[in-house]
Amino acid sequence: MSEAEAYSYDAEMRKENRKKAVAGRSVIFKIKRCDGPGKPMRWESFKVPITDGSNVISSLNWIAANPTTVDGQQTTPVVWDSNCLEEVCGACTMVINGRVRQSCSCLIDEYAPLEGDVITLEPMTKFPVVRDLWVNRDRLFNNLTRVKAWVPIDGTYSMGPGPKATHDLQQMRYALSECMSCGCCLEACPQFVKVEDEEKWDNAFIGAHAISQARLFNEHGTGKRLKGERMDELISEGGISECGNAQNCVKVCPKGIPLTESIGAIGRSATVHSIKKFFTK
Amino acid sequence: MSDQKRVIVVGGGLAGLAASIRIAEAGVGVDLFSMVPVKRSHSVCAQGGINACNDVARQQGYSEYQHFDETLIGGDFLNDQHPVLEMTNWAPKIIDLLDRMGVPFNRSNEGFRDLRLFGGSLFKRTHFAGATTGQQLLYALDEQTRRFASEGKIHMKEFWEFLWPIIEDGRCVGIVAQDMRTMQIQSFRADAVVMATGGCGLVFGKSTNSVICTGGAASRCFQAGAWYGNAEMIQVHPTAIPGADKCRLMSESARGEGGRVWVPAKKGDTRRPTDIPENERYYLLEERYPKYGNLVPRDIATREIFDVCVNDHMGINGTNQVYLDLTHKDPDYLTEKLGGILDIYEKFAGEDPRYTPMRIFPAVHYSMGGMWTTYTAGDYQPSAPLGAHVPGADVPVGTEPGLGLKMGAHNNAMTNITGLYAFGEVNFAYHGATRLGANALLSCIFDGLCNGVSVVNYVRDGGHTPASEVSQGVFDAATKQEQAKHDALLETTANATGDRAYNPYQIAFELGEEMNAASTVVKTGPGLEKCLSKVEELRERYAKVELGDGAMWTNQSLSFTRTVGDMLIMGEMIAKSGLLREESRGSHYRTDFPERDDEKFWKTSVAKFNTETGKSDIEFVEVKAGLIKLRPRDYGKTDDSGPKPQSAKKETAGAS
Repeated sequence: MSEAEAYSYDAEMRKENRKKAVAGRSVIFKIKRCDGPGKPMRWESFKVPITDGSNVISSLNWIAANPTTVDGQQTTPVVWDSNCLEEVCGACTMVINGRVRQSCSCLIDEYAPLEGDVITLEPMTKFPVVRDLWVNRDRLFNNLTRVKAWVPIDGTYSMGPGPKATHDLQQMRYALSECMSCGCCLEACPQFVKVEDEEKWDNAFIGAHAISQARLFNEHGTGKRLKGERMDELISEGGISECGNAQNCVKVCPKGIPLTESIGAIGRSATVHSIKKFFTK
Repeated sequence: MSDQKRVIVVGGGLAGLAASIRIAEAGVGVDLFSMVPVKRSHSVCAQGGINACNDVARQQGYSEYQHFDETLIGGDFLNDQHPVLEMTNWAPKIIDLLDRMGVPFNRSNEGFRDLRLFGGSLFKRTHFAGATTGQQLLYALDEQTRRFASEGKIHMKEFWEFLWPIIEDGRCVGIVAQDMRTMQIQSFRADAVVMATGGCGLVFGKSTNSVICTGGAASRCFQAGAWYGNAEMIQVHPTAIPGADKCRLMSESARGEGGRVWVPAKKGDTRRPTDIPENERYYLLEERYPKYGNLVPRDIATREIFDVCVNDHMGINGTNQVYLDLTHKDPDYLTEKLGGILDIYEKFAGEDPRYTPMRIFPAVHYSMGGMWTTYTAGDYQPSAPLGAHVPGADVPVGTEPGLGLKMGAHNNAMTNITGLYAFGEVNFAYHGATRLGANALLSCIFDGLCNGVSVVNYVRDGGHTPASEVSQGVFDAATKQEQAKHDALLETTANATGDRAYNPYQIAFELGEEMNAASTVVKTGPGLEKCLSKVEELRERYAKVELGDGAMWTNQSLSFTRTVGDMLIMGEMIAKSGLLREESRGSHYRTDFPERDDEKFWKTSVAKFNTETGKSDIEFVEVKAGLIKLRPRDYGKTDDSGPKPQSAKKETAGAS
């Protein structure tokens, strides 16, 4: 089964599960835990009663208030990262039943419809674990700095409106600008591998999210002022040439951002940029 | 010029980022503390848009002054008037700046910024970027912050929790904070501290707010001596999607497109909604308000839904939920008109609202109250306050900076503690007793940009001892104080009884339930008194709280448990202010005092923490007015002498 087929199968399955969800059931949360960097991983399971609208967050909240495993062991509340709980901040990303996604929009009815069904929660694997399900995604933000993902405005003083933009350009930029830096695209990417050493981040693969953000700012009237510097970064080590075209990124993006289109567009710009550099040396 | 002076900004939402950018740009170093990567701040949740006068509306008779007038009547005249005038005057310039930063505002056919109609106005004055305006504005400021950070002008302290303001000789000279990962507690020096820490929705249990919106930081400043204004003014949005973990907003346009609100007529009817015949449904708003039906103003809708569930126990299956039903409409029509918000509902509630009625309930949404702040009024000082402004009439005041507030005055948005500022939702000044929709994003960015200049002037010209020269002992003592509190909490794991009464999550849950029931939509004297005694009981239990995790590394339980103590203090203050305000005004509705009482209560409630009792002392002080006269707040009622207000007018108020 291809990735695309697997994804639509997954969506169908979740819809079917919703219909057969049993009221008043309990499900098992199998959670991969780790007390901190360098500490061993371990699995703990919890039996959690499911109520109307339960999601992974409400289940983790329940475990926090009732931290006893299925074996009757008293343990600590699970640690995880979260904030908005509306799938718009990107914080609560984790690997659920083997697939990366936000935990707030993960409804238990869709994943564990029957009594005793199991849901596994694991931290993302491409970032260092801080504790339990919380990972350190600083590198993801660092990569936004690498491509200078901003508009170089002159200052915050009153200077009239920005460049006029067409309806179509706005629509295109808005779609890219919905990226919430969650890191799903990086978790799914075979080329993006875990790098613990901060010193090495700037030469490691930059990832689909940052390539797409480079395109967002290259397309802005003032933002394109830094296009040359962005492209310099993207044709250097850890840049766009390291993309293996697996196209997993676009399949797991929770916001449906056209990441492969961005990679294609930046790829073409990179070719032009390299040729220009060759002749202007 | 090397400038050794530094400013600490606490909170990285719109207000904190706008302040950081403005202060760093002026050449003063900024240390920005946030509990989350700033790009994940709660501002990201705002949807509707941001209000500002614009060229089209101006040609139709709109003006910055009209926006000012609307904001005051919206707030039922409890707003401080001068800062609001300055804010609405700045609004169009703020939109221009955001536009220059690259915010993808929706565009018209000709490429101009598109506009939408929003609450409290008959003019299109709301700018928007899809249905995620807050996200787009936050990202623009996040990008500029990253730019300054890459240049070393802003020092990011993400995943750090604010614990205490350090006050020496009545002046704020730094903060104590804790690294949420390593758990290290440390003091930081600053020549000024800007609190931009948002609202306190979690005091009410489940709200539309994000996980970090506990009010904990504001509560700690309050306990350290900062005053708190209009704590009782909490906005409750009528239609939210109740979730197991939080309440997510459902835009009121669903009712605008024909949505009907109902509950089963028979109490405890467990049938599926589609199996309940028409004559066994109670369409509460249509029956109670035959004229307006489902399109009654939002505060009435909120109160009636609340009444049916809480007082009559007629909610769906006895829960606090009612149906918002669109299933009688053509699904294709619904997709075209409401697609985005219906998809959100489907994603989280797991049901398609085109075929199954949505289940909704009012939810706490925004805190108009916040840390009390002062200012220096600007040049516009009419000899007597003016009456209502009529669209198209001559505007009595210009739009240049400095008319509402004296630009750069040291005390603009400063709390009663010198050098401690409050910006954004945690500042009480702008929204009075109710906030108009799409004014929140504006007030946050305005505070940062306008009053950031005041912070810079204060640290440069304040004439005080630089924080770098304050005795180290002051900072060591502050660290020690917070370390001791921290260690005492950790020690509670040692002799834990496991009694649920002392479980912090249980205490927080009970606080939320009580505050939501007694101190939100419909308040009564006896209800608030009962609430206060419940909070007192919870505080007694909290004194014996038992922490469930003794780890010295990334201990979220410890952070949460500590915050619960601060939330209990907020709860007491909110309930007591509500009890003492014996009138109804804006969001504050007392059944025992249903009318607005200007003589006694056209006043700001100011709470001060009493260190002896551990509780708040409340006094009522004059609202800083003088620009616009009091008048009745009567929209929503029919008025035969003039044009009828559009039903959409009040309907969409606050829908951001």
